[in-house]
Amino acid sequence: METTKKKYMNPYLAGFLLGLVILASFFLSGQGLGASGAPKRLIVAAVHAIAPAFTENQGFFAHYLANGNPLNNWLVFMVLGIVVGGFFSGAIGGRLKLKIDHSPKITSSSRLWMAGIGGAIFGLGSAFGRGCTSGAALSAMSSFSLSGYITVIVIFGTGFLVAGLFKKFWI
Amino acid sequence: MGPLIKLGAIDAGWELLIALLIGIAFGFVLEQAGFSSSRKLVGLFYGYDFVVLKVFFTGAIVAAIGLVFFNYFGWINLDRIFVNPTYLWPTLVGSALMGLGFVVGGFCPGTSACAAAIGKIDAMVFLGGIFIGIMIFAFGYPLFEEFYKSGAQGRVLVHEYLGISRGLFLFILTTVALGIFWLSVGVQRKNHHKNLKY
Repeated sequence: METTKKKYMNPYLAGFLLGLVILASFFLSGQGLGASGAPKRLIVAAVHAIAPAFTENQGFFAHYLANGNPLNNWLVFMVLGIVVGGFFSGAIGGRLKLKIDHSPKITSSSRLWMAGIGGAIFGLGSAFGRGCTSGAALSAMSSFSLSGYITVIVIFGTGFLVAGLFKKFWI
Repeated sequence: MGPLIKLGAIDAGWELLIALLIGIAFGFVLEQAGFSSSRKLVGLFYGYDFVVLKVFFTGAIVAAIGLVFFNYFGWINLDRIFVNPTYLWPTLVGSALMGLGFVVGGFCPGTSACAAAIGKIDAMVFLGGIFIGIMIFAFGYPLFEEFYKSGAQGRVLVHEYLGISRGLFLFILTTVALGIFWLSVGVQRKNHHKNLKY
């Protein structure tokens, strides 16, 4: 496996291609990329299937149900694409493998706990922030949104501020 | 003239297929750049790998420059593209939580989807966490609603907020990014841990 593993792409070339993807997205549809919208809409659809009376009367769910099926949406299909595209890239790079990345100083199970807790914090944050790194920061920066610049500065700024506390989990 | 779907040049029925194709390209580039590795992603916060910084800022700037040129050539109407509205307070709180979640969990939503696709179990668990986090917000919404809607300023453009032209803002942004890229080379060399394999 190690010998067939290919190198990652040059980061500036990858960034350039990423920029073209964002540009194409705006040119075609008028909106950028996004990732947290899909889990949000999946939750709305699932809860609506279980308890329709509840979702129609609660502000959050009602908002996402207002325009028909919440899964018939740009962001939902985009995330399906991310999975397909990521898989394809991993396949040609020889990186398809079930594994847990973690620092040798911690166990796999601590890494998974941290991943789950981190994901929950990130998910909550993306709900308050009206999007995540892809939509509320990256795409929003491209469309000159003030909010995008606030988001990117605060995400990375907070990351640097708290990094020291979690150093042993990474290096 | 773009945006093509919004202005009717492409039928709206194609929208979801186009979203899927854009997503495939997005996921492919993320994985090619190494964003399927959490230890590579958090390298930014410990100064040993700046790939996130390089890819992220190059991408944002290339797209922004592209939009400005498309607008100049009359290929896109920038008044018709989505500009994330500004809600100051919830954005500050949400982004701080996202920064914390990034360092604790090692991913963001897009990168975790991409990493889960190639078999990273930590990414799958992170994705599960995202669902929990959003559910906390969704079910707690009656408590959060007032705060969530606070500080609403609408469609604010960053250069207008700063009182400068779009072009000048873009020039400053590009210059700052190039300066940061240049600085990151030295920092990475200094912090390169020889035994750090990821």
